[in-house]
Amino acid sequence: MDQDDLLDTFLAESVDMLEQMERLLLELEEDAGDPEQLSALFRCVHTIKGSAGLFGFDHVVEFAHAVENVLDRLRDGLIEFDTTLSGLLFQCRDHIATLIDLDAADIGADICKIGNGIILQLAPYQGEDDEENAGSANAGDEQAAPAAGKETDSWHISVRFSPDVLRHGMEPLSFIRYLGKLGELAYVCTITEHLPPAREFDPEACYLGFEIDLQAATSKAAIEEVFEFVREDCELRILAPDARLAEYIDLIQNLPEEDYKLGEMLIASGALTRAELEEGLNAQALLAGDDAVPKARIGEVLVESGAVSPDVVNAALSKQKQTRDARAQANQYVRVQADKLDNLINLVGELVIASAAANLTAQRNGDTQTREAIAAVSNLVEEIRDGSLELRMVPIGETFQRFKRVVRDASQELGKDIRLEISGADAELDKTMVERIADPLTHMVRNAVDHGIEAAEVRTAAGKPVEGTVHLDAYHEAGSIVIEVKDDGGGLNRDKILAKALERGVIQSAEGLTAQETYQLIFEPGFSTAEQVTNLSGRGVGMDVVRRNIEALRGSVEVESEFGQGTVMRIRLPLTLAIIDGFLTGIGESRYVVPLESVVECVELTPAQRAESRQRSFVNLRGEVLPFIRLRDYFGLAGEAGRRENIVVVRHGPHKAGLIVDSLLGEYQTVIKPLGKLFSNLGAISGSTILGSGEVALILDVPALTQRAAEQEARTAKA
Amino acid sequence: MGFELVPSEAGKFRFIGELCVFHAEQLKPRLLSMLKEGDALELDLAGVQEVDTAGLQLLLMLKREAAERDVSLTLVNHSEELLNVIGLLNLSQAFGDPLVLPAEPVSEVPHGSR
Repeated sequence: MDQDDLLDTFLAESVDMLEQMERLLLELEEDAGDPEQLSALFRCVHTIKGSAGLFGFDHVVEFAHAVENVLDRLRDGLIEFDTTLSGLLFQCRDHIATLIDLDAADIGADICKIGNGIILQLAPYQGEDDEENAGSANAGDEQAAPAAGKETDSWHISVRFSPDVLRHGMEPLSFIRYLGKLGELAYVCTITEHLPPAREFDPEACYLGFEIDLQAATSKAAIEEVFEFVREDCELRILAPDARLAEYIDLIQNLPEEDYKLGEMLIASGALTRAELEEGLNAQALLAGDDAVPKARIGEVLVESGAVSPDVVNAALSKQKQTRDARAQANQYVRVQADKLDNLINLVGELVIASAAANLTAQRNGDTQTREAIAAVSNLVEEIRDGSLELRMVPIGETFQRFKRVVRDASQELGKDIRLEISGADAELDKTMVERIADPLTHMVRNAVDHGIEAAEVRTAAGKPVEGTVHLDAYHEAGSIVIEVKDDGGGLNRDKILAKALERGVIQSAEGLTAQETYQLIFEPGFSTAEQVTNLSGRGVGMDVVRRNIEALRGSVEVESEFGQGTVMRIRLPLTLAIIDGFLTGIGESRYVVPLESVVECVELTPAQRAESRQRSFVNLRGEVLPFIRLRDYFGLAGEAGRRENIVVVRHGPHKAGLIVDSLLGEYQTVIKPLGKLFSNLGAISGSTILGSGEVALILDVPALTQRAAEQEARTAKA
Repeated sequence: MGFELVPSEAGKFRFIGELCVFHAEQLKPRLLSMLKEGDALELDLAGVQEVDTAGLQLLLMLKREAAERDVSLTLVNHSEELLNVIGLLNLSQAFGDPLVLPAEPVSEVPHGSR
């Protein structure tokens, strides 16, 4: 692991921490003083500070330190959590995010000014006995109290790094340097005796250990935290300033080095006097009931030191560690580079195609055994495909969470009282989709807060509760995911939209527009109905971009609204962009794939229906009017239909349509190969795929086709 | 950025570059091979731009190996980087007895410097 990788890890971790911090702050606003969350909040900032320190990001450390102090006092119940403080902490969080993004050198005067401003505001929350303004012993920290009768008041830290620590990308030196930031490194002694002779010397292994005396008004936990990142890779022992002599003796005996050598070191560092050491070691041996000559005693002690497991000494330490580990396990993730995952998915795609080809060959000229074997392979391939696609799936909840902040900030800015409700946070969709949907969604939520929810007076007058509600919901429907942004605000004003659309020249005439079509006008470029341009939205640059972004993801967006009651915006997206279960159909020699998720049923056309379909653009399907498209005509394919024709009933959202094809060829796993730029405007085709036989099949764009069918039918119905 | 170990005159070498873990695998054989060049060697460390734990260990190992082979190896002209680290870790003594390292400049660096 080199420095860049580490830095990336740091950045990713910081982003996580900052997100967590935001979530915690929001939760705390609801339930102030929850001690669990207050300490979690503290840990977030602390972790950021710690890792920033390792990378020498002093600007981050400095700021985070001030924040951490306040959070520490908050955690200890010395100050109260209120809205002013929470607002301030939000600012702190944002500022930390800014600082992390920037190199120290890029931080201009303006950013410094913001930081200093925040620190000034934090000042009233800082404690009197903060270590910065208290040169003397920290009264609040009992462990820092000077030890009576001892010559030393420093912490003693013994650390032995494991040989692998360097290979794990850690640099012991930086931990020691960072330790120096807690206080004064009174004495550092480097243990070099584990260095092997040149022949056995592994240049990438760490052989050094350190005995450190640290003069600092700090706590044991704070020192442990310094080594948090090498917890697995080091043996750490910390003795408090007032540690009893026996504890030092214990330490000496439990360290891997020779007793007297270590003893000498401690004497050199001033932690012990020679007399104390002799006395201690002798007393220890006598206590053990050993009456051998002194020289032998030392030998006994040595044996014993080898036998005593460090775990015993560290019992308390490891207990702390266990609780920490348990917490970490609760949401354990493996970070994988996105391109590796993409590569895997591509390969799985090829595997699916290859397996289909094998299947086809086996069906055609294989014996029973071959066919069975191939069938088993196909099943596994299918599972692998599902499994690997699932790797890319993430719950949308994380994205939803961030809107809590958006709603909070926006409603405060506008002076409205708005609550955000979230449901369906578990619904999963492709990670790239999640990333790309975040921006359009933000815009829609802001719109709901800004335009949707009315001012408090208006709401009271209309007999609604003063508190407005914005509801985010996600659910799966027919192979796509639907994301809803619902508000209980004023709803869309149809007349106003029409008036504006006419004024802006978006439409020429309002005649014949259904309510649905009218509402869709808000997605036209250059359209905005806000009477007052606010800070948030209303510049009319938003909704058309929103629609474009969603359509780029093969999705669609629709509006439903009732005047005075509220508005629902519904985004419909495909679950994934890579592989689908398809339904293979044939028209003449050509092959077309319909995404299986959107297929409702397949019906063979009766002669009566065939005749009917020549005259009208809909068929009678068990008493239901079903608009259809005859694909042979639609694609202008040569030749005549055979003796039989089939209709594939597909569904997209609320719309159903029939696609008339010659033959039904069954289910087919399909890897979507995107079409080139040249075909990007092609309406009815969304991609292509390669069949097992090597032929190319086109994948039909069901949303576009159902819409086309519905329009066609509406037109003929009018005519 | 890597490292260079170049002979300047008879029995004298200069190290230039990074004395750190990224090059550790190459550093070890290169440094050890230097010990074959004579029995009174001098290594000029003014060009050490970066040093970490791995680098320090290599120097310590080299020192010991030299003693083992009865080669007198003197480290001179430590760069500021190196002095800082040696000062921080109190390694001036570990690097050598006064006979081999007369008037070690490192000893002027106060202990426990931060």
